Amino acid sequence: MPEYTLRIRRYDPQSGQAAHWDDHKVEMEGHVSVLEAILRVKADTDGSIGIRCSCRAAICGSCGVRVNGKPGLACHTHLEDAAKRQTKSTTDDASVIEVEPMGNMPVIRDLIVDMDAVHWKKIQRVTPWLINKEPIPEREYIVPHENMVDVTQTMACIQCGACVSDCLSMEVDPLFVGPAALAKSYRFVGDPRDAEKFERLKDLSEDEHGIYDCTHCFNCIDACPKGVAPMSQIMRLRRVAGNDEHIEDRNNGYRHEHAFVKNIERNGLLHEADLLPDSYGGKFHPRAVPELLGSLPVAAKAMTRGKMSLSGALLHPHKASPEVKQIFKQVEGEKERYELNLYVVGYEDEEEPPATPAETPTESESA
Amino acid sequence: MPSHDVLIIGAGLAGQRAALAAANAGASVAIISKVHPVRSHSVAAAGGINAALNPEDSWESHAFDTVKGSDYLGDQDAIEIMCREAPDELLYLEHIGVTFHRSPDGHLGTRAFGGASAARTYYVADITGQAILHVLYEQLMKHHEQLDRYEEWFTTDLLQDEEGRCTGAICRNLRDGHLEVFNAKAVILASGGAGQAFKPTTNGLIVTGDGIAQAYRIGAKLMDMEMVQYHPTTLAGNGFLITEGARGEGAWLLNAGGERFMERYAPNKMELASRDVVSRAEQTEINEGRGFPDGTVFLDVTKVPRKRTLEALREIVNIGRDFAGVDITREPIKIRPGMHYIMGGVKTDSDGLTTIPGLYAAGEVACVSVHGGNRLGANSLLDTLIFGRRSGEHAAAQAKTMPMPTTAQSKVADVQRSIDAIIHREPGGRRVSAIKDELGTTMNQYCAVFRDAEGLATGYEIVRRLKEEAPKASIDDHGTVFNQDVIGAIELGYMLDVAETILVAAMERKESRGAQYRTDFPARNDDEWLKHIDISANGADEPKVDYSPVTITRWEPQERTY
Repeated sequence: MPEYTLRIRRYDPQSGQAAHWDDHKVEMEGHVSVLEAILRVKADTDGSIGIRCSCRAAICGSCGVRVNGKPGLACHTHLEDAAKRQTKSTTDDASVIEVEPMGNMPVIRDLIVDMDAVHWKKIQRVTPWLINKEPIPEREYIVPHENMVDVTQTMACIQCGACVSDCLSMEVDPLFVGPAALAKSYRFVGDPRDAEKFERLKDLSEDEHGIYDCTHCFNCIDACPKGVAPMSQIMRLRRVAGNDEHIEDRNNGYRHEHAFVKNIERNGLLHEADLLPDSYGGKFHPRAVPELLGSLPVAAKAMTRGKMSLSGALLHPHKASPEVKQIFKQVEGEKERYELNLYVVGYEDEEEPPATPAETPTESESA
Repeated sequence: MPSHDVLIIGAGLAGQRAALAAANAGASVAIISKVHPVRSHSVAAAGGINAALNPEDSWESHAFDTVKGSDYLGDQDAIEIMCREAPDELLYLEHIGVTFHRSPDGHLGTRAFGGASAARTYYVADITGQAILHVLYEQLMKHHEQLDRYEEWFTTDLLQDEEGRCTGAICRNLRDGHLEVFNAKAVILASGGAGQAFKPTTNGLIVTGDGIAQAYRIGAKLMDMEMVQYHPTTLAGNGFLITEGARGEGAWLLNAGGERFMERYAPNKMELASRDVVSRAEQTEINEGRGFPDGTVFLDVTKVPRKRTLEALREIVNIGRDFAGVDITREPIKIRPGMHYIMGGVKTDSDGLTTIPGLYAAGEVACVSVHGGNRLGANSLLDTLIFGRRSGEHAAAQAKTMPMPTTAQSKVADVQRSIDAIIHREPGGRRVSAIKDELGTTMNQYCAVFRDAEGLATGYEIVRRLKEEAPKASIDDHGTVFNQDVIGAIELGYMLDVAETILVAAMERKESRGAQYRTDFPARNDDEWLKHIDISANGADEPKVDYSPVTITRWEPQERTY
């Protein structure tokens, strides 16, 4: 049986000691979860290791941690997979599995973080309950099947905090509403029974820490153990807010996104010098002038450091190829927006290869 | 010293529903839970919730199925209440936002479930418990002005005044270890079952029988404790739950020879016979050598169209992939019966009132009894919600007529001393984890699908020995911030109390009914045993046994076949 070194980040505020690493050897099969290994150490040698846990089956959402640098549920991370993910500090020994508390939230003790102070506060920010469309029917609301399956993807969120842990935007802007809360918000925006879809979207568009504060880093999609894909939900909020509800926010988020798309359609490659003025309605738009002037020092600095040339800024040599134009034509020509939803389409890699007639007999058949 | 009209201990479905009902009735409410409410084990309920909502269905049919499922041990007055109120409760959930599956015409859609004569199980994919729990928590957040939430507070003791009335509880704040008295005019226990007294179990690590033991210790009667449900489809090895919804959607059970063996045990309902029947069939196949060598049989989900599996059974697709390395949409998965639920619990009436004045119980901690000898799948969510609500409403109404009780601070000092004693135990005893492990293994060996007098007696002796040993078990953590070690030691005591009462009741019932199958008394015996077994602490060392009649309203016991 393989042996692993479980390296657990320990911190006890009562001890007066700083946080430190604590090593324990465990002999366990590689497909066993990191949580089972921690529970073994707790049971056999050190009962004082603090970790929230209950179901062991990735449904209660208690055991959010970082394992070898990646956030997730300890019960949902196999030892062998964790060991494959080497970090700077574990490269010398492939059997080391580092377990530390989630990020972006204060640590209470060992692997236990203060989710109330961050995660739940943000959830409360998005008015996290249904605001009923009136009148409330005597029986059930009549709602299309597809809508209920659609919001089921965000209902699958177990509030574990893994996405919050490694949200880059939140690291820079602690006030960012964040992936979990925004996904929660889509659960109402996408629910036809909710009366305040527009108000919710308007609110989260106008908030400078709202839907346009996400930088598309994909960390939350990677982190989520339940396939909720929070960033995808944020993008859907933007599409519904901008395209369907025509909300032009004061943060210029919608216009910026729109300008980005048009820029690519025109140029194929991003023409950065155009992006900023376009986001404000074009170079000569009164809104754009102060922004452009304000960005001059940055541009000047970039030029002196050789990151940008005057000709490059003014003349963008690249033009979109016919293939790029074709993509735009096809996507924009769709009658309905195609939204990826695991509950609707199954796996991303769907479609099995069609069963091919066996031309060469397989080993078992020939035997 | 916080004081509330109604104090609710436990924040799963029953607790949250009780809190909303009590607050809605105008009471001041506190809800306490040793974990954050959405971590409560209701979250793991997968398959759905039963209600006769379709015009072609009837609550009487639902009630009869439940009575039959209970092997006629369920109290029919309570079952009638539950089934009659189910449709309105379901609509309440729909209106507050649960994203129930819809049929193509936009109305609520159903799936088939075990032991039911109509498809009346409403569901959200296979995360129904999670969906309802999270939506109820949304409502708790919405009504935060009427509802004080105490999250990650561990209840150590229930309080009683001189007349024996329950007047609140003493709880430990896990974050800093300090004790607080919560005064209340009424206390509702909603702290769930005791699955961790068995190993393996589908239940989470937090399901340690706290409320059952707390009520038992202050003199409340327990009922039907011998009735322990083994779920037919749990993963070999770790005991994880594979929802009954899989069979509801059309999955088959196969023995090692590829035979669909349920044909021999339940020719009409096949895989959808009630759980005790299916679990016994599987265990018989395994015991008689027709299972796999590792003590399992196959669940074949490939019978369900792949697209349907991905949409409606997504969670077990993940469980199969992540915890067994099996793609259930393409190959069968090995399963076996595993401990899942206790039908017994703190004896209550249909308003949730226990035998202790001022103390209510609802959900798995309670025994109304609507499940009797065997619970039907998708009736537990219903039980938690109906009787959670009824308890909340009744407690709120009672509270209006009463003054707020007070508690002497000396009680806190007593509890503090006992906790300090655990923290400062001399090292040397066996570890809490070792005792817990032996308990779980013992219960699973001697008090499982098949039982007999000799095995139960052996189990009882072991549990008695563990009870003596537990107070000497030493712990490692001597701090106050999130000291999970000391909580574990207290929980061990709760589990041992519950295990003891289960064994006493199982030894007592000398017949086979529902989940209690005695190989030494293989027949059901209505003449002698159509009655509940009540267990109480009699002040002496061993649990005291009483009987109470089963309420029969309109369905006389019949032979039970599926």
